[in-house]
Amino acid sequence: MALRRINQQGIVLGIFAVMFVAFTAFLPGFFTTANMLTLLQNVSVLGILGLAMAIVVIGRGIDISLIAVLAVPPGLVLQMVQDGSSLPVALSVALLLSLAFGLFNGWLIAYAEVPALFTTLASGLFLAGFGQAALFKLDVVQWSPGLQGFEWLGQGQLLGIPMPIIVFALACGLVAFLLRSTRPGAYIYAIGDNPNTARVTGVPTRPIIVLQFVLAALIGCFAGLVMAASVNSMPTRIFNSTMIYDVILVVVLGGIGLSGGRGGVLNVVIGTLLIGTMLNGMTIMDVSYSGQNLVKGVVLLVAVIADSFLNPRNEETAQQGDI
Amino acid sequence: MSTAMKRAVARVILAGAAVAALALPARAQQGLDEPFQAPFKAALAGKTVAYVPVAMNFDLTEGWFAGVKKELEPYGMKVIVRDPNWSTSAGAQAVTTLISEKPAAIIIHNPDVQTYAKLLQRAEKEGIFIIQINMGSVYRSSAFVGANWIEVGERAAEAVVKACEGKSGKVAIMQGALSAATSAYTLKGVENVLAKHSNIKVVSSQAADWDAAKAKAITQTVLKQNPDLCGIVGFWDGMDIGTAAAVKEAGLTGKVFLATSGGGERKGACELVKSGAFDLNLSYDVPIQAADMAAMIKWLLSSGAKPGDIKGSIYTTLIPITKDNADSSTACWNLSDLKK
Repeated sequence: MALRRINQQGIVLGIFAVMFVAFTAFLPGFFTTANMLTLLQNVSVLGILGLAMAIVVIGRGIDISLIAVLAVPPGLVLQMVQDGSSLPVALSVALLLSLAFGLFNGWLIAYAEVPALFTTLASGLFLAGFGQAALFKLDVVQWSPGLQGFEWLGQGQLLGIPMPIIVFALACGLVAFLLRSTRPGAYIYAIGDNPNTARVTGVPTRPIIVLQFVLAALIGCFAGLVMAASVNSMPTRIFNSTMIYDVILVVVLGGIGLSGGRGGVLNVVIGTLLIGTMLNGMTIMDVSYSGQNLVKGVVLLVAVIADSFLNPRNEETAQQGDI
Repeated sequence: MSTAMKRAVARVILAGAAVAALALPARAQQGLDEPFQAPFKAALAGKTVAYVPVAMNFDLTEGWFAGVKKELEPYGMKVIVRDPNWSTSAGAQAVTTLISEKPAAIIIHNPDVQTYAKLLQRAEKEGIFIIQINMGSVYRSSAFVGANWIEVGERAAEAVVKACEGKSGKVAIMQGALSAATSAYTLKGVENVLAKHSNIKVVSSQAADWDAAKAKAITQTVLKQNPDLCGIVGFWDGMDIGTAAAVKEAGLTGKVFLATSGGGERKGACELVKSGAFDLNLSYDVPIQAADMAAMIKWLLSSGAKPGDIKGSIYTTLIPITKDNADSSTACWNLSDLKK
């Protein structure tokens, strides 16, 4: 049955296509090069975070602490430069902090066997609290003259394309390469599909899990640097926002199941494009905030309901650990 | 009385005054007790002032805390803080606990107009003075110190309207969070002004949730659709860093007039006005607000008034920061200096 083959990814792609065509037809000023670039630029950071989340979710984990890594190490860069450090020093410290944080997460999950959800929930709180209490003076860390030139990462252009889009594209390429063409990538899928089988067949599951969380932390930190460069400051309060749900949304909506082992970079791109198109179209139409939430909610429900109609779950398709 | 007699009387008074002036230095050496300072000191010493902001760690709330402490601690008062860190329920719980601890006064920074209203009423009934800062609730307490948000909106909008003269007349409004009354009040002020100017067309009025990244995304989209936009009314400088970044990226700095408001902290306000990011930043100067709050507390505690008997407001006089005064040492303030 042909209908059976339409999966979540296909449904979301369909919704995206319908919406895109409708906006193009009825919304003057939507389908222009300038607006398309704006659309992509506005969701680049979300997309990069989606990639980090995808690496973890494919391995049947979840990383709730991503927003803390997005906020704290890049915030530290801005703070250190403000206090007189040089940019390379500040960047190295931030990278080391992210690395340590990823290792800590990974170790707790892989070796101490604490569930990823609880580990990252707690460690994210810890990192955000640590930043607020010990690292930053104010929760919006301002840009300072010592960072001259660095804003190019968020505000510059290359061949007329805004940097955040280029960075997102590069990140997509790297993550796709990792997942599709390297051994650790294959291992991540194997672990996500069935961790016990993977271990029995000789996959070094624990180091690979650590690797996932380290990569997620580093990508998260990188996304934060792009964001800080883009808005000339680091509002570390973003940790208190609902952004992490948007990230999970991009991943799950795109068709990467939370039960692991499925999906890839393409799914993140599709999920990101859908969110970006929705936001952009509604901003052009000047839809009120509550109206936007309503539309977002309806679109999501449609996607989820359509999926469970077209791909009903049964004992055969359900996996252990399915949420 | 004849003129001659009047003169005579005046002479006698003058002579008397001269004698008194001669005699006074002798008496001053013995000292003269000022009768009101001792009760004033007694009314303040050992009392506690509790402070419940929506969260610490940002310029406004840190500045208020440092300022109030600086003013009151020398009088032997204790200033304690309960930080709900953006959680309304944690804040309500903190206020409830404080009511039973009975401090002399509580400084409240309301997250919205409703949540704390009943609690504040109860606190004043229990004999605790309530000072509300910047964000009032529907309950009017002993004192409100803060910006008049309607005025903030009106003055920002007036500046934008003026900058739009002879241009497209297209303006955008960057609101804060829809649930925040400050945002709604400011919007009302903006509407008041725009209602009088039919040539101005609002092309976008969106809420960015006080989030710089969201503000940037919205502004970018709006600017792509309306490259001839002549002005933006932003509701908070911390968020409008993003708005300004979008304007700059579009190469429209100086062409799109950006008016915003904030607490006047040097890095967040003056520096950004100097760099051209903001054209106008209406500052509700935080050290002045802190001094006003401290003054209110001093006055209320020494007056012997009962909480809830008298109620009044101190609306903060706004400081418009533009390129003209952004360099001055008084237009903005530093948190580190305030903490010294």
